[in-house]
Amino acid sequence: MKLELNNVHSYYGKSHVLEGLSLEVGSGELVTLLGRNGAGKTTTLRSIMGIVKPKQGSIRFNDVELVGKETFEIARYGIALVPEHRGIFSLLSVEENLAIAVRTGSRWDIGDVYEMFPRLYERRKNGGNELSGGEQQMLAMARALVNKPELLLLDEPTEGLAPVIVDEIVRILERIREAGVSVLLVEQNLAVCERLADRHYVLEQGNIVYSGTGEDFRQQESIKDRYLAV
Amino acid sequence: MSLYLFQILNGVGLGMIYFLISVGLTIIFGLLNFVNFAHGAFYLIGSYLCFTIVSLTGNFWLALAIAPLIVAALAFLTERTLIKRAYHLPHTYHILITLGIALIIQELTISIWGPIGKSVSVPDALQGVFQMGHFYYPKYRLFVIIFAAVIAFALWLLLERTRFGALVRAGSEDTETVSLLGTHIHKLFSITFALGVGLAGLAGVLAAPIRGVHPFVGVEVLGIAFVVVVIGGMGSFTGALVGGLIVGLVQSLMTTIWPQGSSLMIYGAMAFVILLRPYGLFGRG
Repeated sequence: MKLELNNVHSYYGKSHVLEGLSLEVGSGELVTLLGRNGAGKTTTLRSIMGIVKPKQGSIRFNDVELVGKETFEIARYGIALVPEHRGIFSLLSVEENLAIAVRTGSRWDIGDVYEMFPRLYERRKNGGNELSGGEQQMLAMARALVNKPELLLLDEPTEGLAPVIVDEIVRILERIREAGVSVLLVEQNLAVCERLADRHYVLEQGNIVYSGTGEDFRQQESIKDRYLAV
Repeated sequence: MSLYLFQILNGVGLGMIYFLISVGLTIIFGLLNFVNFAHGAFYLIGSYLCFTIVSLTGNFWLALAIAPLIVAALAFLTERTLIKRAYHLPHTYHILITLGIALIIQELTISIWGPIGKSVSVPDALQGVFQMGHFYYPKYRLFVIIFAAVIAFALWLLLERTRFGALVRAGSEDTETVSLLGTHIHKLFSITFALGVGLAGLAGVLAAPIRGVHPFVGVEVLGIAFVVVVIGGMGSFTGALVGGLIVGLVQSLMTTIWPQGSSLMIYGAMAFVILLRPYGLFGRG
């Protein structure tokens, strides 16, 4: 598994959001993408999935060019995005939300994700609109796992969740990494990031301004102050 | 009393046909966010295909089996070639394109079959009346009610109990997330469009022996389908069923009580529902 973004330029209307961004995620790596609101983190994930179409640059996944491909094709190559709004279908039950995402050959089936998230099993007959924020996040992640991902893109999975739920999400992320699935994580919670990540990227105004290993990043107080302080 | 029972059954039969027309319109609008003004024209094709197949073979059952499939195939082709190009455009463009398609279909119908309406005879097996005590009712109309109810149930199973149905419901909430899960969204759109329009074709076949076929019926049918969808709520299966039955019953009962006002009262019922519930009986805001 290898994801490489090279000199990617993406726009929302006329505003130039990604200004020549380059990054890569290797096999089995958990990499975070940090930065302030509006730095372009979500746009990076949306560009990878083909929801935002980059005007310039290349995005390669296992040496296949993704720019110009349709979102569903990119998903079928084995990239699953868990969006910030989670995208749970309120008219569908928990079980149906999972069932429409199942792809054969995934290392997790519905039974496996119920074992990982017992709460979802208890609520399997409930409608998506009856779930709490934490349950919605768990369902969104479970849905991505049954979708046969080689690479998981997570957009702020712990945002707005209670600390005990955050701990549970972190435990699941550790299990996902142990299973060898690569993760590109956008996250505001630095403690979570430092605990999990192999490498970090810091994004500012559509460009990478820092990249380093987990160990190096721990000592970069000035980077954290300059680009991540609220 | 039995006159009212007769009209109620007529209303239910009419309502089930209206349901078959409207459910397609509402599913298409729900999933594709597309306004199909050609819906009545495809009903028209269904009814004329029924006329032709019955005239050629004398076999209504063959028409019932084949005509809706031909209509669905035509709808599939139309979607692939024309309609899919308009999804990203505002609704006014949808109306313009599908109104154009509707006019083309109507004029083609006139040039093939002529401007004067034709009648389709009731199949032999369903000639005559069904008798229960002192109450008589035409067998064919009874068949329409039962057959449409079976189709409605099958459609409900398809939408509520299958993966395809779950995808249609999911897509009516958020198509982007559906494609993020690896679903070929364009294929889902084409199949759903063909299914919805095919149901209008089926309604055209079922109605042909009762109401005959006429080249200008498409416009009337489209108007009623919109009334049903507005009453029931855009995108709602249950809404199309309840709305169809309301419109059918109002129309049928009013022909007994106040014949001149029967069409008017349909719109009266619609206005009444809009006043109470602006998004329709089963609509989501």
